Amino acid sequence: MSTLPSTPQSAESAIGTSRVKRGMAEQLKGGVIMDVVNAEQAKIAEDAGAVAVMALERVPADIRKDGGVARMSDPNMIEEIIEAVSIPVMAKSRIGHFVEAQVLQSLGVDYIDESEVLTPADEVNHSDKWAFTTPFVCGATNLGEALRRIAEGAAMIRSKGEAGTGNVVEAVRHLRQIKNEIARLRGYDNNELFAAAKELRAPYELVKEVAELGKLPVVLFSAGGVATPADAALMRQLGAEGVFVGSGIFKSGDPAKRAAAIVKATTFYDDPKIIADASRNLGEAMVGINCDTLPEAERYANRGW
Amino acid sequence: MTNPVIGVLALQGDVREHLIALAAADAVARPVRRPDELAEVDALVIPGGESTTMSKLAVLFGMLEPLRERVKAGMPVYGTCAGMIMLADKLLDGREDQETLGGIDMIVRRNAFGRQNESFEAKIDFAGIEGGPVEGVFIRAPWVESVGAPVEVLATYDGHTVAVRQGNVLATSFHPELTGDDRVHAYFVDMVRAGL
Repeated sequence: MSTLPSTPQSAESAIGTSRVKRGMAEQLKGGVIMDVVNAEQAKIAEDAGAVAVMALERVPADIRKDGGVARMSDPNMIEEIIEAVSIPVMAKSRIGHFVEAQVLQSLGVDYIDESEVLTPADEVNHSDKWAFTTPFVCGATNLGEALRRIAEGAAMIRSKGEAGTGNVVEAVRHLRQIKNEIARLRGYDNNELFAAAKELRAPYELVKEVAELGKLPVVLFSAGGVATPADAALMRQLGAEGVFVGSGIFKSGDPAKRAAAIVKATTFYDDPKIIADASRNLGEAMVGINCDTLPEAERYANRGW
Repeated sequence: MTNPVIGVLALQGDVREHLIALAAADAVARPVRRPDELAEVDALVIPGGESTTMSKLAVLFGMLEPLRERVKAGMPVYGTCAGMIMLADKLLDGREDQETLGGIDMIVRRNAFGRQNESFEAKIDFAGIEGGPVEGVFIRAPWVESVGAPVEVLATYDGHTVAVRQGNVLATSFHPELTGDDRVHAYFVDMVRAGL
């Protein structure tokens, strides 16, 4: 991560600083964050070696199946999960629904995911994430979108992929897009960065910072469609610093085994032998959806801007 | 004198930041995930991360015993946050099955400073480091509940012990690797040099 200036609010100590928020995500690197819908699943995830869990009422595959409006989860359920595990707990708010985010902060979740998987509450504005002590992770399909979220205060970015499909193709597309755009910025001279910022619809300062660092100023994970150990390792080799796995684990035949296998493959993402061992006898993977048959209106990645 | 080779345990966590800080402190830094890679380093940093995950992965990939042996044999080690937890002889609020390497005669309380909303930064006076207090970034940080006789307390915050040393083994509750202030890493590199 980039080194931020110290910004203590008092001589004594300061909470909710960018360093503390972004630094939290740095601790998750190389790890797997798993969607869970109850305390029992949260424990299975923790036992399997997850670095954090995402507490939500329905995994994306079920949100797709059930339709209707998807909202923040019941606070009781989130608290039960917080009680059940010692690893960090994340939870989702709808895009632009800053009151859901306020509620999640009051519950003491460790990270808020302002997520396109839930039904957006505002079609113009995302939440002002600087207003919170709790850090936010947001999805992005390209560099401009990632930088707009960071400008709004996101302390971690995940490529969106297409959640609940069990199909990694969109995750690959979005991560490649972000990485390619960063690589292109590296080749620009100072004169060109102003036009690049305009094109990316992102603040010039952030564009310049990315051009200098050769990476986002926050941690970049991948999400949306990872279903197998090899999928997770693929995203790591493509440059993701870790992975979110949603429906892929608890919609499969043997969640505990698959969860542990995905953790192994994420750590040893560059060792095909270990990935092969991790891939043996996992039982049935979740049933996938072909993204090219998915109607535009059902593509979650189009939510957010 | 040639620069010491210092590994960073790369099972999970903020490995990259430690590699950068060690290089800035004139060490040859490299990631370590396997026993044969461990055998090639003079010293080791255990980074911040999720201690339960790190300990599971260490068991899973046959690193726990080789790590314990090297620590016992006197290899210099520095642990930050989750790394401090890994170096504790005893844990409070850990999972029952959570394995540590040990190395420092101390009892560490996991997540003692609270959840993420309580994570904070503060200036920390660090015994043996000159040039004013170091910047302490505490993230769901542990503290040291109590120490045995051979342990030297190097820093405290709000009455709690947050940096300790026992012989060649150093541990901090906070993350100097996130600050760009490399003095704690330089202190560790000096420890390593002194032992070579």
